[in-house]
Amino acid sequence: MRSTTEARAQASPPVRRRAARLPAFASRKSTIALGMTLPLILIIGVLVLYPAGYAFYLALLSKSMDRFVGLANFDFLFRRETFWMVVKQSVIFAVSAVLFKALIGFLVAHCVHNVPARGQRKWRGMLLVPWVIPPAMSTLAWLWLFDPSYSAFNWLIQHAGGEGVPWLGDPYWARFAVILVNVWVGAPFFMIMYLAALKSVPEQLYEAAAIDGANWWQKLWYVTLPMMRNIIAITALFSLIVTFANFDIVRVLTNGGPVDQTHVFATWAFKLGIEGNDIPLGACVSLFMVPILAIAAIFILRDINRRGTEA
Amino acid sequence: MARVTLRKVVKRYDETLAVRGIDLDILDKEFVVLVGPSGCGKSTTLRMIAGLEDITDGEIIIDGETVNDVPPKDRDIAMVFQNYALYPHMTVYENMSFGLRLRRAPKEEIRTRVQDAAAILGIGELLERKPKQLSGGQRQRVAMGRAIVRDPKVFLFDEPLSNLDAKLRVQMRTEIKRVHQKVRTTTIYVTHDQIEAMTLADRVVVMNGGVIEQVGTPDELYHAPATRFVAEFIGSPAMNLVPCHLVETSSGLGLHLDDNLVLPVPADRIRRYQPYAGKSLLFGLRPEYMVERRVHTGPHQFDFEVLLEVIEPMGMDTFVHFLVNGMDVCARVNASAGARAGQRFTLCADLDHLHLIEHDSGKVL
Ligand SMILES: Nc1ncnc2c1ncn2[C@@H]1O[C@H](COP(=O)(O)OP(=O)(O)OP(=O)(O)O)[C@@H](O)[C@H]1O
Ligand SMILES: [Mg+2]
Repeated sequence: MRSTTEARAQASPPVRRRAARLPAFASRKSTIALGMTLPLILIIGVLVLYPAGYAFYLALLSKSMDRFVGLANFDFLFRRETFWMVVKQSVIFAVSAVLFKALIGFLVAHCVHNVPARGQRKWRGMLLVPWVIPPAMSTLAWLWLFDPSYSAFNWLIQHAGGEGVPWLGDPYWARFAVILVNVWVGAPFFMIMYLAALKSVPEQLYEAAAIDGANWWQKLWYVTLPMMRNIIAITALFSLIVTFANFDIVRVLTNGGPVDQTHVFATWAFKLGIEGNDIPLGACVSLFMVPILAIAAIFILRDINRRGTEA
Repeated sequence: MARVTLRKVVKRYDETLAVRGIDLDILDKEFVVLVGPSGCGKSTTLRMIAGLEDITDGEIIIDGETVNDVPPKDRDIAMVFQNYALYPHMTVYENMSFGLRLRRAPKEEIRTRVQDAAAILGIGELLERKPKQLSGGQRQRVAMGRAIVRDPKVFLFDEPLSNLDAKLRVQMRTEIKRVHQKVRTTTIYVTHDQIEAMTLADRVVVMNGGVIEQVGTPDELYHAPATRFVAEFIGSPAMNLVPCHLVETSSGLGLHLDDNLVLPVPADRIRRYQPYAGKSLLFGLRPEYMVERRVHTGPHQFDFEVLLEVIEPMGMDTFVHFLVNGMDVCARVNASAGARAGQRFTLCADLDHLHLIEHDSGKVL
């Protein structure tokens, strides 16, 4: 019995091997992994890669989209002063907004963390409000607050004896206003992320540090911040991307004005592409966000990867 | 190097009184172990000494200075936590030197002190690793190293070995003792394991329900427990306790355990127990003082016959269980004595080591 099976196996090795190859291929670890990530890859392909590729294709067309003009759109942009102003304004807007969101989020998270557990839920809920109402709507409220003649801010300033501020009329104040509203909307996100990170730092580390002789500031510097570094980095990256691509706040508050001084990439792309009927040029502008964000992402993620093996 | 004194120390959390007025005087260079069941207030006491908990009432004095309102960082103490509490983002070297760096010690001095401590603990090879790359025992050593490097007035340990497996626990126990003999820093050590307490301590403090039951050397606690709680808590297997009546007999006093077992009270104790004659008490005797019949050596040995119920061979000795007055009693006989379950067996009790305990107060008479 045994010898016959052996004999048969020897007689027909190719058949057996081919039959075995398919299940072996299917059960290889990498194949299973591929199969399981396939839905995600498809979704990314359809929702991210295709539109990105299409935008790139559009950017190479002429204004009426009937001719292929190569890099002429880019060349045109580079020679526009407004373009460089938008680049500058986008960077200033994103970096300062993220910085202040992070700072305020961190401070508020610390305060909430120190509120006794019973009151904490209430505070957390209230502090999240700016983040959960749609920004287009809350920005409208801010728009009224900033109104030069009838608004709350100027009323207060004037009653205090000051002079009304042209919040949205003066380029500097207008920049300040869009950043302020963006910080107001985005800070709660940082707050909640940092709060979670703070809660995940074991209490005993602080006790050990206290016994080692650390004061309040040293505990923050040597324990809290290092323990939160990854969260801080990820949150900042995430927020940088979202802020950089911000559309609604600038659109509602200033619509890019005065004289295009507060435009960021998304609003300017919209203005050129949709309102100005030059879709290839708009696509071209929006593509500029990619390399800038990619560089930021590479730096931040590399840092996280390097520390990924710790704790 | 310092004395630590606790005077009427009380700790109250909202409703619970965790510590109810503790007096304790710990001498310079002494190794004191706080031991007791879970929730008796050991950690709370230790954390009050460390300054991690406020003191509701009373006074804590370290090295002659009242430290009630001194924050932990200024008390010059070092603490080893149950789960080590090493800083995960720092290397072993950075962990151990953290306290010195905060105090701005010179770099050279930090290096020599860390290396000396690492040598004592045998972790010289690990200095560049992160805590995550260490085994439980190694982390434990690093946590101790962090304490030693600082050369503080007092070491505090809160159940430092309870996260280790049984074998490593025994090993590290020896290690801790060795380190203490080398550095001779006043040490307060918390554990719920009475064996750890007995093996490590110069003096043991037995706590229960927020108060101190007894303070004494391991020997004193074992042979002269002050209360029923200590008698039951110290020793493994635990002391046998059987209800009895102290009765007057023709030759003096007797302990009526049940109708066919009346033990004579040794003559030198008759005066001590006389006032309690006629009372119902608890009789206590450790298993090792009930053995198989041998050639008598002491004057107060008493033979009696029992029916063995359960036999537990331990190798060198065998624990035998039998019933007296409905209570399970354990005796420790030689393995070669041939004890078998279901057999009648003659045991010999050494009544020099008996204890009598008052029911209500739990006091050992
Ligand atoms: N932060 C706290 N809030 C309220 N009650 C507490 C707090 N910490 C401890 N207690 C209570 O105080 C008592 C003593 O606690 P403690 O931690 O000192 O016990 P322990 O002897 O260390 O026990 P274990 O061996 O389990 O560690 C317990 O009843 C506990 O419930
Ligand atoms: Mg405890």
